[in-house]
Amino acid sequence: MVKYDIPSSSERSEDKDTEWSVVKPAAFTYHRAYDVNDTIAQLAELGPDAKILAGGQSLVAMMNFRLARPSALVDITRIGGLDFLAKDAGGLRIGALTRHRTVETTKVDGFEVLSKAARWIGHYPIRCRGTFGGSIAHGDSTAEWCLLTVLLEAWIVLQGPRGRREVPATEFFHGFFMTAAEPDEMIVEVRFPRPAPHAALTEFSQRQGDFAVVAASARLDLAENEILTSRIVLGGVGPQPAVVDVDLAGQPANEETWRAAGEAAAAQVDPPSDGHGSGAYRKKLTATLVARALAEAAA
Amino acid sequence: MTAWVGARVPRKEDRRMLLGRGRFVADMARANTLHASFVRSPYASATIRSIDVSAARQVEGVLEVLTGKDLGDPFLQAVLERDEFTPTKMPMLATDRVRFASEPVAVVIAEDAYAAEDGAEAVEVEWETGPVVPDIAAALEAATEVHSGTGNCLVDLVMFDDPALPGIFANAPLTIEATFRSARVSALPMEGRATLAEWDDRDGQVVVHTSTQVPHQTRSGIAQALGIPERSVRVIAPDVGGGFGQKCVVSREEVVLAAAAMRLRRPVIWVEDRQENLTASVHGHEQEYEVTAAFDADGRILGLSADIRCDIGAYSVYPFTCAVEPLMAATELPGIYKVPAYRARGRGFATNKAPTAPYRGVSRPQIVLVMERLMEKAAARLGVDAVDIRRRNMILPGEFPYTGVNNITYDEGSYLESLDLTEKKITEAGWYAERDRLREQGLFAGIGFSCFSERTAYGTPTMSQRRMRMTPGYDTAHVRMDPSGEVIVTTGTSGHGQGHETTFAQIVADQLGIHPDQVRLRQGDTDLTSYGWGTFGSRSIVIGGGAARKAAGTVAGRLRKVAAHLLEVGEDDVELTQGEAGVRGVPDVSLPISELARIVHFQTHQLPEECRYGLEARESADPPGTFSNACHAVLVSVDPGTGEIRARKFMVVEDCGVIINPLVVDGQVRGGVAQGIAAALYERITFDQEGQPTSTTLMDYLVPTAGEICPIEIHHLETPSQFSENGSKGMGEGGTIGAPAAVLNAINDALAHRGIEFDHIPVLPEDVLS
Amino acid sequence: MKDIHLIALTVNGEEHEIVVESRRTLADVLRHDLGYTGTHIGCEHGICGACTVLLDGQPVRACLVFGVQADGCDVRTVEGLSDGEELSDLQKAFSRCHGLQCGFCTPGFLMLSEAYLSEQDGVPDEAQVREVMASNICRCTGYQGIVEAVRQVAEERAG
Repeated sequence: MVKYDIPSSSERSEDKDTEWSVVKPAAFTYHRAYDVNDTIAQLAELGPDAKILAGGQSLVAMMNFRLARPSALVDITRIGGLDFLAKDAGGLRIGALTRHRTVETTKVDGFEVLSKAARWIGHYPIRCRGTFGGSIAHGDSTAEWCLLTVLLEAWIVLQGPRGRREVPATEFFHGFFMTAAEPDEMIVEVRFPRPAPHAALTEFSQRQGDFAVVAASARLDLAENEILTSRIVLGGVGPQPAVVDVDLAGQPANEETWRAAGEAAAAQVDPPSDGHGSGAYRKKLTATLVARALAEAAA
Repeated sequence: MTAWVGARVPRKEDRRMLLGRGRFVADMARANTLHASFVRSPYASATIRSIDVSAARQVEGVLEVLTGKDLGDPFLQAVLERDEFTPTKMPMLATDRVRFASEPVAVVIAEDAYAAEDGAEAVEVEWETGPVVPDIAAALEAATEVHSGTGNCLVDLVMFDDPALPGIFANAPLTIEATFRSARVSALPMEGRATLAEWDDRDGQVVVHTSTQVPHQTRSGIAQALGIPERSVRVIAPDVGGGFGQKCVVSREEVVLAAAAMRLRRPVIWVEDRQENLTASVHGHEQEYEVTAAFDADGRILGLSADIRCDIGAYSVYPFTCAVEPLMAATELPGIYKVPAYRARGRGFATNKAPTAPYRGVSRPQIVLVMERLMEKAAARLGVDAVDIRRRNMILPGEFPYTGVNNITYDEGSYLESLDLTEKKITEAGWYAERDRLREQGLFAGIGFSCFSERTAYGTPTMSQRRMRMTPGYDTAHVRMDPSGEVIVTTGTSGHGQGHETTFAQIVADQLGIHPDQVRLRQGDTDLTSYGWGTFGSRSIVIGGGAARKAAGTVAGRLRKVAAHLLEVGEDDVELTQGEAGVRGVPDVSLPISELARIVHFQTHQLPEECRYGLEARESADPPGTFSNACHAVLVSVDPGTGEIRARKFMVVEDCGVIINPLVVDGQVRGGVAQGIAAALYERITFDQEGQPTSTTLMDYLVPTAGEICPIEIHHLETPSQFSENGSKGMGEGGTIGAPAAVLNAINDALAHRGIEFDHIPVLPEDVLS
Repeated sequence: MKDIHLIALTVNGEEHEIVVESRRTLADVLRHDLGYTGTHIGCEHGICGACTVLLDGQPVRACLVFGVQADGCDVRTVEGLSDGEELSDLQKAFSRCHGLQCGFCTPGFLMLSEAYLSEQDGVPDEAQVREVMASNICRCTGYQGIVEAVRQVAEERAG
């Protein structure tokens, strides 16, 4: 499992061995890979303290604070052929090196939720540099792509020395920047099995572009005004994207349903407290944001 | 003669900044420059058992590691000459005890910043942690002392104590008791602190290029801490990326860098990183007020009593001391309102947190918030209109100059006019209809006002009342015309974004009848300028600009004398305008000013004695201070689902007397308001109970962006000041002073129907939903 | 032992070959190794945007990219905006609209704006401009002058 230190202040303050204030990364060796097999071979040779460097929008910030101290980086940004969105047998495949900005500006029928949700990712320059696969590998519990892969029951496609394997997103995120990827494996693409025309993601942060305090995503299958199936996934309420156990099947698609679903979702979560909000506040946000995500999904 | 004063002149500073050719300290590192990184305490309170630098010295690229002992334990001590004040020593590098997390204990000097950080990591410090005083409550309890023997209260001033107050409170139709709080915040200039020090063998000086607002005070601080004469220190402020008060005190790191450069005889640079800027640099505004106020049945205030407690952190900053906030608050709380009876006690409490220093507004955001909330509370309780109650209490036209219960004389202002105009403007702009519309959309919405004045340009007549051992206030300008008729002006003020190169040139150009492009301002260099106090406290245009105007006026007199001699007319008939010395009423007779300058320098023997030998003058200004004023209004919405509070529209009617450059004034207002909105809604420096900083990155300390700050509409009134050479009043802080109260009042207006009322800032989304 | 690499990159049209330690950020390489000090460093964790430059035409935080990653790339910094001594339309608009005070964040805002404007077909409204300008932090201006400058240039360029 890939493990990063947590970039939250509270964690740092417990780490009394670290003197204050570093912003320059610790030394590492830099390696460039030109294809996937090359990456895997280099990772194997460099050992478990080596990390993959893609867009670097999370990793480099953590390295600047020396919260992440990989011994080596394998830069995969020059690998060709991993920057794509491809319709495939009703579903969608997204290459690991696809920039957030590309997803934002590419409208795919049935997957509009992806381009809309991309707007919530950081800021424009972050979206121009950060990659889809990098975000999944980082595994932040509030990250939009992590939530949506769980919501849409996507498959994370990994390649490693033992070959290629697919892990369901629902089993991929193990909490606080830990994922099912082994240190010698690389995410090559993400496969969304079926469209989700009625899906939405919404979130709240005090300041535009910040990590969500709480993020809520919802997917519905609708027949006229009746809900056939529903799925709700939350971020910011626990160490990994949280699937809410609320089944709206058979209920009417209306405000009352959304409000009740929000309340029900809030009742299920026990979010942590930090400087951006207490657990109690996150529960209230959950109720509001779930209702809003459902309403947007149904619209 | 006001061809340029008042004109919307684009700034001289812009071009180099836009081309990427500004010169900030960090841009000055050369190939042989060494880089410093500070080893800082991970604990808020600890005894230093030992510091082992041996491993750090072995780190590749590290040249030197220095502790306080190595440097001879230099310290600074800021002093207020009052019995109610307890001075404390601030070591430049802590040697035996640390009093806040991030306090520096050693400096590592290496060939680059990366190696310096590697070295800092390798320094082994043995700590013995001690009990922590995390806040004012713990400081009051005094079970633990930040400085032994002080009881944690470093300043305790009862400024006024009207004996009639208990009777007034007992008998008044309305008595209000309330507590107000404002969070600790950071000024957060975009350029953090930065210093490059180098020894100059030619001049026998240590030259300290540093990002400061106060070059001369920094020179004094370095000289005092290191025990060397001031002439052996030269402080130069190059382009400075904002300050807002954070750079108006002397930094320990500046002294350490100077000492290191003197030892190593190599240039050494330190560029503060953002974590240091948030944890190790100074903070401000952490205050609480326990207030009692009495009103009559019509809403007129009868009496006011305030217990003001400021969390000043671990040390008294140099040279202002930790009294700067409590003194300001206790002295100026009544503000623009006619308070007949007043009591104020202002205290500063030491805690195990970074020291506080003047941050834009200095206590006035808080005192305005207190008064504006009191007005609204009284209005609500008495059924009086919340805007109108201010009119019943404020100093009105015809009452100026007004001397208040706090012994302050308020010069002419437009308190009523600015409120009237604000109300008119927001009504015309449809704010009330917009508020209704937002409410129909399911949001809570409210409109809030804030009326205030801002005392600016404190000269020594005013500053001396504080009794600081180093009393700032005056400033001196030198104006020198060269043989081509162009001018160099020096000033002891030190602009860092306020556009002084432009506005000083406008003032001087008008005096001399030349173009501002012919005037160059030299500032921020202790070898080139007379001793001066730098740029803070909305002082520069009135004091520095005032001195420049006087000096330019003296030079203009010389020019007129020369012209009168050459043109054979009376001095009083000579007019300097558009580059020419002309004769009043005689359009065809004139001499170019450049020709006068040429003759004075190159053929001075042809002139009578009193016209010879150069064209220069040095003048000082030291005014008593002058009040600018403004009224702010803001429309906010509150999302009942998330608690999100958004400022949607902001209106400012301000009066800073004679406007030198409206472009610059508007920029100061907008930037100030943005910082005020930030303090009201977003920013707070936080700690846990162990005194560990928990807002150490810009992910946690929420400086608002263009996505949060709304458009700000500005209207001007101009009531010239009689206490100011050019009629101007300072205005650098007003935006930050008035905005928090307006935002807080608007939030309370929005939430009134829910019976919720807040008296603290920032108001967070979570507060709304609690 | 330092891990060093020989890289080649183009900055504002000028080619450079340089040896860099792998951990040096692009911001430090540009500023200290190549002398392009117009790019400023404000937070080194990707929030403030003062170090924004264009990397192969895309706006990036130069503090979140290692210099070695720019090998073979085309970099544009604030020094490359003007036509010699002649300010660009964007630079002029920033001055006209008072979109800068201390000037420290300015290079980042200029490069952010330059990237944004280069991909606009029409004229964005104020809300759209604000959403993009929210990428960076300015402490002096309250943003109004910056937003206005970008809007004016968008209008000018749209004709």
